Amino acid sequence: MRSVAELDNLQKEVQSKLEKQAEQAQLIIGMGTCGISAGAKDILTALETELEERELEVIVKKTGCIGLCEKEPLVDVKLPGETRVTYGNLSVEDARRLISEHLENGNIVRDLVVAKMEE
Amino acid sequence: MATNEENIPSYQDLDFYKSQRRLALANCGFIDPESIEDYIASDGYQALSKVLTEMKPQEVIDEVKESGLRGRGGGGFPTGMKWQFAYDASGDKKYIICNADEGDPGAFMDRGLLEGDPHSILEGMIIGGYAIGADEGYIYIRAEYPLAIKRLEKAITAAEEKGLLGEDIFGSGFNFKLQIKAGAGAFVCGEETGLMASIEGERGMPTPRPPFPANKGLWDKPSNINNVETFANIPIIIREGAASFKELGTEDSSGTKVFALTGMIENTGLAEVEMGTTMREIIFGIGGGIQDDKEFKAVQIGGPSGGCLPDEKLDLPIDYDSLIEAGAMMGSGGLVVMDENSCMVDVARFFLNFVQSESCGKCTPCREGTRRMLEILNRITQGEGEEEDLELLRTLAESVKKLSLCGLGKTAPNPVLSTLRYFEDEYEAHIKNDECPGGVCQNLLPGYIIDYEKCIGCTYCIDACPIDVVDGRLEEIHEINEEDCNACGACEPECPVDAIIQKNYIEHFPQYRHLLEEDEEEVEA
Repeated sequence: MRSVAELDNLQKEVQSKLEKQAEQAQLIIGMGTCGISAGAKDILTALETELEERELEVIVKKTGCIGLCEKEPLVDVKLPGETRVTYGNLSVEDARRLISEHLENGNIVRDLVVAKMEE
Repeated sequence: MATNEENIPSYQDLDFYKSQRRLALANCGFIDPESIEDYIASDGYQALSKVLTEMKPQEVIDEVKESGLRGRGGGGFPTGMKWQFAYDASGDKKYIICNADEGDPGAFMDRGLLEGDPHSILEGMIIGGYAIGADEGYIYIRAEYPLAIKRLEKAITAAEEKGLLGEDIFGSGFNFKLQIKAGAGAFVCGEETGLMASIEGERGMPTPRPPFPANKGLWDKPSNINNVETFANIPIIIREGAASFKELGTEDSSGTKVFALTGMIENTGLAEVEMGTTMREIIFGIGGGIQDDKEFKAVQIGGPSGGCLPDEKLDLPIDYDSLIEAGAMMGSGGLVVMDENSCMVDVARFFLNFVQSESCGKCTPCREGTRRMLEILNRITQGEGEEEDLELLRTLAESVKKLSLCGLGKTAPNPVLSTLRYFEDEYEAHIKNDECPGGVCQNLLPGYIIDYEKCIGCTYCIDACPIDVVDGRLEEIHEINEEDCNACGACEPECPVDAIIQKNYIEHFPQYRHLLEEDEEEVEA
């Protein structure tokens, strides 16, 4: 980084890249130590396998802990133009339901939901 | 909008989030911690660019002073003043160090930050390095945090690739490099001078101060150490301005604080609140109260250096000074919530056992004092306490506090002193009545008895008893020899008809009244 302008340009570039990504469906999974110890790695594998089998183009994003360790593992579903919805205390089977019910059919899986994230 | 979105609570409606103020944790859970681009997209490294291109080191220090930021790792020393000392110290080589040796039982604030937003700590450190005139920094992190170490390593590599670490950053002529040092897990290495000894490859033992690290620190060079959360606040202060940071919190403790909620609390997790929030709000609002509708007994704050606060102290607005006054300390922000089934003497014993094992042994008051105190607490919890013990504990505690070399020893008696202050009745119950009110201390627990109305004579309890104090024959009512029962509880789960109960429970449940009456009759006879 040689100048402020260089940083500003990079910021604009990645921001527009992230905006582009928002036009695609996203799965966001909490991968802090708390999430992983609650089973997030198995869930991540299950989600990736399921997406591949169903040939779905979805961005899978890994984040740190959002604080709600009690409800880990947490997975959020964000469809383009809709609010991000957080699901918690998930089993591998639950995670697959998020794909078939919410991601593919747009129905919030009410029995697993923790909250929605309004901007 | 999804078809069935109605009636789903939003984050702002959740008790856990609604009174939080997430500043240091703002990115955690939102950005990919392994992507420097994600961090840059959320204004990452903007503060660094401002500092390096528009501000002189003294201006940076003044801004941090103005913000009122105090060290988030324990004592709460004003960060700006600390930086000033290191800046003023003469020397061509200086170091800036991040203390990520988070070792308090039940604390994971730093881990959350390091795993969720590592670049914010890097940015804070580079700014700090520029401010004090250091061109090299160390992150001292415990080896038990492998994921945090991995993410820090990735972050450092990415920052180097982008030229945010290295030479001539932002064309300012400022050079800075960062290294990670993994600690081997000694609690005392969280103490500044012990930590630096450990980086040097020496045994982690504190040294007397002065000389202070600001003048003679790592490899005898002027050095400055701050905690993870302190560094995470720096980019925010520079970006948003000291004034807006100071608007948050209380007069003498500005900003926010991250707390780790653990123990018998409904919502365990990481919560960040404005300074001045009450403990009651954190435990019963954000934390959702006590598990299984039990009664709250105490909250342990500040780890082994902190203290236990009872219900009547929960309405205290939390800041550094109010907590010290109440006999605890902010510490790094670990909160262990305890319910009615906790024994406060046992809690004091637990923490003292921890510091006793972690005492480096260099100075006598800490090495010997904590050991003698632990012996007394062991005695009390085993039902062998004597009335003079409390006075002796207090005297020892004061001596260890006054005479120990470093912070570990100086604060080690705090759990004992605070439980003596607020729960002396529990100590007395152990000593005078041979009772443990929380029902924890094995030697003081009342034995078990068998409800003769339920017993079917199956002999399961006889087989289960490890010390053979249950009498009876198949299909006859069994009886536990109360005198000899050591309350181990091995028989209770074996009974197929739930006929075995602990004696202290019978008076609380009407269905066992017949057992109690029988007891009284015996006494009368």
